[in-house]
This record gives sequence, C-alpha cells and structure tokens, in this order.
Amino acid sequence: MGIELYLFILLVFLIVGALIAVETKNLLSSVISLGAIGFGLSIAFLFLRAPDLAIVQIAVEVVLLIFLIRATIGRDVIPTKGHIHWAGLLIVCLLTVGFFAFGYYAFRSLNEFGTPIISAVGNAPSNKYLADGLKETGSANIVTSILLDYRAYDTLGEATVLFAAVLGALAVLRGRAWSKREKDK
Amino acid sequence: MVYALCFVLFVIGLYCTLTKKNIVKIVIGLTIMEYAVNLFLVLLGYRKDGVAPIVEEGAGPLEFLARSVDPLPQALVVTSIVIGLGVTTLAIALCVRLYEKYGTFDISEIRRLKG
Repeated sequence: MGIELYLFILLVFLIVGALIAVETKNLLSSVISLGAIGFGLSIAFLFLRAPDLAIVQIAVEVVLLIFLIRATIGRDVIPTKGHIHWAGLLIVCLLTVGFFAFGYYAFRSLNEFGTPIISAVGNAPSNKYLADGLKETGSANIVTSILLDYRAYDTLGEATVLFAAVLGALAVLRGRAWSKREKDK
Repeated sequence: MVYALCFVLFVIGLYCTLTKKNIVKIVIGLTIMEYAVNLFLVLLGYRKDGVAPIVEEGAGPLEFLARSVDPLPQALVVTSIVIGLGVTTLAIALCVRLYEKYGTFDISEIRRLKG
C-alpha cells in the first residue's frame, strides 16, 4: 500500500498546483505553481524508481523556470480582459468531460497499477535489456545502456530536435536584436 | 485510480489550453499536459515493490529480472522531457516576440494574426 498512498497524495498535490496555475490571475504566481508541479513530478519519479528521470526533471525544471520568469516578469501590467464566450466555455467543458470519460473507459483495459506489461509478455524487449544489458554494454544502469547503446539513434534524433528547437528560439529572439539595432541607426 | 488522477492532470492542461486568452497561460497548459503524459508512461512501467533498473553487486540476474521496473519507458521519457524543454523554450521565445510587437499577451488583441 505504502507507495500507492504516497503517489496518491503527491498526485493530489500536483492537481491542486495545476488548478492554481490555471486559475490564478497573476502570471508570476502561475509560473511558480508550474515550478511546484515540476518539482513534485521529480519526487513522483523517485517514488516510481526512476532516479535518472528525477535528476533530468529537476535540471529541466530549473532552466524552464528561469526562461518563464524572464519572459513574464514585469510584463503582466495589462491584464487580459474578459473571458471566452459562455457557449464556447460550455463546449470546452463538455469536450473535456467526455474526453475524461473516454479515457477512463480505456484505462480499464490496462493492467492493474503495479503489474507492468513486461511481467506478462515473456519476450518483451525490456526483458532482454534487463537480462543482457550489463553483459553486452558494460553499464550497470540499464536506462543508460538503452539510451546510449541499444537505442542510440533515438538519442541522436533527440539531440537533433533539441538543436533545431534551440536554433529556432535563438533565431526568433535574434530578430528582435536586429530590429532594435536598425532602429538605433 | 492512479491512472485516473494522472489523466485529471492532463485534462486540466487541456482545459487551460482551450479556454485561456493569455498566451503564456496556453504555454503553461501545454507544459502541464506534457508532464501528465510523461508521468503516465512511467506509471505504466512500475512494478509493485520494484527496484530501480540498476544492477547491484551480488544480485542474481534472474532475481533482478523479476524485480526491476520497466527501463524502456524511463529511457524514452528522458528523451521526451528534454525535447519538451526545447519545445517550450521555442514557444516562450515566440511569446516574447509577440509581446515586443503587440505590447500584450492577450491573444484576442493580437489581431493581425486573424485569418
């Protein structure tokens, strides 16, 4: 029971944090609530026996918070006026509730929490990685051996996507610097 | 039960993305959805009373195979988290640019984008 209880409490904390982040008027408090969700998520990863993920999540969350605070601080002086039309709000509520009901129905076909698919399927790839990972790659951490050996092409693709995203962000922000320089002339 | 709570988190992010007018709120909703999906994938691989997928000295391979949690979702979610950072950074850069151009984060004020 222990870990499920902890996860339950943590998930309720995450949901409350998400509600605050969505509904609060002040943009900075919204961003900080998002940070609370991210750090809570890294604790959840620790409970789920995924230490690598917890470390990555903390590092990513810190960088993301710095970006978001840099983008929003001092800029929410003009509050957004009004809300969307009530009919649109009704449609969105119906859509999300229907989506949730559909997903809840779909979850009943999954295995119960705590019994992963690899325990039922004997020849799943994860079983091979767990059994031969240390012998074949020399890495005691199986997650690392998957990332950098068995699925190294996926990691290369990840690095490519990250490079493209950073390049895009730099191009977008650099355009501002160029236009400012031209204005100064 | 745990899956359903994780899905509630996803639905909150979806609601935020669909209803909010503030463009930074929309980015926050996207990020919440991304977190929920990452958490769900890791939840799928959890084994009751499992150990982390790190081989310890002295543990027999068969016992390790029977007790370790699924390492494959963890390896792919590491990739997904880092890509999520890149995508969110790009979205925030676009938000900053829109603010520089229009002086507001309100998407109904950003009129020249209307088709």
